[in-house]
Amino acid sequence: MELLVASAIGVIMAAGVYLLLRARTLPVVLGLTLVTYAVNLFLFVTGRLTVDQAPVLNQGHESFADPLPQALVLTAIVISFGMTAVIVVMALKSYVESDSDHVDLDPQDDGEADS
Amino acid sequence: MSLALIVILPFLGAVLPALMIRSGRAACALSAAWVTILALGLLLTHVPAVLRGEVIQVGWEWIPALGLNVNFFLDGLGLLFAGLILGIGLLVMIYARFYLAKDDPMGNFYTYLLLFQGAMVGIVLSDNILLLLIFWELTSLTSFLLIGYWRHLPEGRQGARMALIVTGSGGLALIAGMLLLGNIVGSYDLTDILQHDPYEIHNSPLYVPALLLILIGCFTKSAQFPFHFWLPHAMAAPTPVSAYLHSATMVKAGVFLLARLWPVLSGPDIWFYLVATTGLVTMVVGAYIALFKDDLKGLLAFSTVSHLGMMTMLLGFATPMAAAVAVFHIINHATFKAALFMNAGIIDHETGTRDTKKLGGLLLLMPITATLAVIAGASMAGLPPLNGFLSKEMMLAEVNQTAWFGQGWLLPLVVTAGALLSVAYSFRYVVHVFFGPQRDDYPSKPHDPPAGLWLPPAFLVGLVVLIGLFPDAIAGDLVRATTAAVTQGGAPDVHLYLWHGFTPALLMSVIAVAGGALAIWRYERVRAWWYAGPHPEAKAMFDRVVAAAIASSKRLVLGLHNGSLQRYLALMISAALVLGFAGFFTATHGSGARPLLSASPVAAIIWLVLLAGCGMVIRYQRDRLLAVIGVGVVGLIVAAMFVYFSAPDLAMTQISVEVVTTILILLALYFLPKETPVESSPMRRRRDAVLAGLTGLGTGGLAWAVMTRDFTSLSSFYLENAHDLGGGDNVVNVILVDFRGFDTFGEIIVLGIAGLTIFALLHAMTRGELYRRLGAWQLDMTKSADRHPMLMVVITRVMLPLVLLVGVYIFLRGHNMPGGGFIAGLVVAIGLIMQYMASGYGWAAQRMTINYHAFIGGGVLIAAVTGIGAMIIGYPFLTGAFDYFSLPVIGKFEVASALGFDIGVFLTVVGGVMLALAHLSDLGRWVSHAPVNEQPMDTLPGAERRHGEGSE
Repeated sequence: MELLVASAIGVIMAAGVYLLLRARTLPVVLGLTLVTYAVNLFLFVTGRLTVDQAPVLNQGHESFADPLPQALVLTAIVISFGMTAVIVVMALKSYVESDSDHVDLDPQDDGEADS
Repeated sequence: MSLALIVILPFLGAVLPALMIRSGRAACALSAAWVTILALGLLLTHVPAVLRGEVIQVGWEWIPALGLNVNFFLDGLGLLFAGLILGIGLLVMIYARFYLAKDDPMGNFYTYLLLFQGAMVGIVLSDNILLLLIFWELTSLTSFLLIGYWRHLPEGRQGARMALIVTGSGGLALIAGMLLLGNIVGSYDLTDILQHDPYEIHNSPLYVPALLLILIGCFTKSAQFPFHFWLPHAMAAPTPVSAYLHSATMVKAGVFLLARLWPVLSGPDIWFYLVATTGLVTMVVGAYIALFKDDLKGLLAFSTVSHLGMMTMLLGFATPMAAAVAVFHIINHATFKAALFMNAGIIDHETGTRDTKKLGGLLLLMPITATLAVIAGASMAGLPPLNGFLSKEMMLAEVNQTAWFGQGWLLPLVVTAGALLSVAYSFRYVVHVFFGPQRDDYPSKPHDPPAGLWLPPAFLVGLVVLIGLFPDAIAGDLVRATTAAVTQGGAPDVHLYLWHGFTPALLMSVIAVAGGALAIWRYERVRAWWYAGPHPEAKAMFDRVVAAAIASSKRLVLGLHNGSLQRYLALMISAALVLGFAGFFTATHGSGARPLLSASPVAAIIWLVLLAGCGMVIRYQRDRLLAVIGVGVVGLIVAAMFVYFSAPDLAMTQISVEVVTTILILLALYFLPKETPVESSPMRRRRDAVLAGLTGLGTGGLAWAVMTRDFTSLSSFYLENAHDLGGGDNVVNVILVDFRGFDTFGEIIVLGIAGLTIFALLHAMTRGELYRRLGAWQLDMTKSADRHPMLMVVITRVMLPLVLLVGVYIFLRGHNMPGGGFIAGLVVAIGLIMQYMASGYGWAAQRMTINYHAFIGGGVLIAAVTGIGAMIIGYPFLTGAFDYFSLPVIGKFEVASALGFDIGVFLTVVGGVMLALAHLSDLGRWVSHAPVNEQPMDTLPGAERRHGEGSE
């Protein structure tokens, strides 16, 4: 099971980074979202994997999942939504202003313009 | 205590002139003068003790871990310099009152001057070399302000910049050198360093680098060759500044430091050859250039360079007697040179020029000025019976006893040549300005200045004469105390006499005076000979060096930063990869010992779906709608993973955030291009794939390494105490709203700020140029004919109360069951946003007049009030409290203060999310060029269908 989760994190991360390196704003935003998923999952699994032991006390269990990474990740999810939202709107505004959704302001000006 | 006050007074007093200028120029100057008088008076109270040989100390710890203490001490050397700084400072302040023109900002001038004075006093009284360095840098900064005081003059600005660059870079070297020295000794306190065994310091391997760096600092500050070029350009400053900084104080800071560290640094040959040779070269070169300067202040500037070189040379000899002579010459030079600078200022002020070619014959027109200039100039030339003669004779006597590279005759010869040049330029100052025929083409009619301008130099000239006639009575004690401080106990029994008898030194003096007089008599010929020689222009060289430095740093910066964010990101990811993998491969690893969970078939299926989702995103990335759907699939799988691995709260949060994010991206996609063009070369795509693959491999490997190892967690504390201390059973929620409430408080503030940022960005698009541009926007897609489908309107309308009810339920149970403010806020926001989607923003906004700004502000406020409530009853911020109550029918229930906090979280989340989404959808309506629809849906059952154009 651990192998599945670790590889899942790796795959999401790889897809996210690939999109992050694209030249247009929307793929970058999507890449960032994927990277966020991977990072949140990674933080979450630092509490190790536990099945069927939610950290809620009144259900007759003796052992529980680690609640601390869960609390961290919960706020991380909400905050990263805030971040994604700001970036989406920035991407939108830069597109409306410059009529281009390229991440580099003036691609002609740059030696790696083929990006 | 009063010692520290001497340093602090000028800094505190620096505000006075800036304020008092409103009461007039006299009040402004007086306020500055009184500050100086007070500090000087405090200093004088210590004179008897210091002359008895006592060392006065005071200090506080500042940052003991760094060895940085606010320690001050006063011994003979400190007394001499502090006296010069405050005494000449006072004279300069009086002088400047009459010198500055009506439209010069006098308040600034005196404020800068006092700041500089405080920094200088700080240097000479510091008993901690780190503290000394701070004051050292402060003098560089304040002198920058003073040199550039006439900021409308380009020479002033350039001179200030050059002085700052040269002395500032020297200051950097000095910092390094001082740190090395402190490292050798093991303490940064000067008194500790001075009492350290000098041989141990000389034998340290760090001695030579420390010495070189400290010397660079001293030589740049004291304008020693080859750093001498900044001083003449600093003469663009007003003359009072030149008299103060560039004759008496700042340029002597380097000499001061050489004297201060003389006991521990002098001795080895390298000291002698570096310091004495630099001083000698500076002395001769400075005097040579001074002879051919037409600008009076330029002449005096190079003369100062020359005299500083002489002091440096004497300290370089490393004998106690030479050090005593250096100390004596510091006093003498300060008196006659400051007097001459003020004199040059008077000439400039009263005749309108300080160019010797335009002057001459002023003797009878300005008799007082001329008398002062003749006496001070004679002292500078070293004529008896003036103080300049005394120290020069003593210097020549020392030179006669010093062999340079084993050659006894070499040094006296070169020094006599220097003395000859020195006599020549001194005579030139006097003869070419005051003697010769009177002219009728002075720029303005010359006359003696008001007493305020000639009294300060007259006081100094009085000292020149008195020290010359009665040296031991006036300066003897001070020189002895200072020499004792410089040599730290190795002081010779110095006695100062006017007449030493017929000595070789006297012969050298006679040669120098005769040669100097001859050179002035035949000045035209000497000048013609000089014209034929080379004159390297230091400023042009300096400018070339600065230009080259700027050009190369530009090349470097622009080479690295070509403006391509894509490239930066690739480089950053590569760097992270290199660091991460380097760390991994250079360490040893074992495999983890934690028992693994077995994989269920369901998990395998979910895993496959996830791979498919990622594959879909990458495969169809150019079709943006599909890519967004793919990301949504991945998000849902992540939520499923949270469910499976016992994190119900996370799963609920993830699903609701997923919905909100997707709506948001779809709203943005409404404007953005729907497809991504093919731009990257296959090469670039392969490179990115490699980077991405490696990142994924690293992250996944790291996750694997973490999961397969056991660990200790502090979570057991939360699990044990959540119920008893936090009053809740859902430990995740209790952590969020109680144990770690302060973190959550910060996070909702961030979310609120994000919402407001989005609002600000979008709001700017609803006006001006952008709004017009959006008004003419051509959407690159076909619109559905059914804008507000009946099915969706009906379902969302029916769902709304249910969604709100679910939200309240999730909120209320959050403390004990999965749920809470974050999730409830997101659920409610989704319910509301669905109304906008179904019937359009305009229609919905007319019916839902909710101020989302108030939600954000109110939420943060409520959370804060809950926290402050705990403070009012005497607990730390955000301490939670709870109790159980019972009501009829409902039964026993719990009220926790955390509930109030969670309400704050809830409101902020609703406000932040809605503020972003609602404004984005409003913008979409404007771009679609559609008016606000009057009906909630396009086809209203039971109502008569209006004709086509109306409903659209």
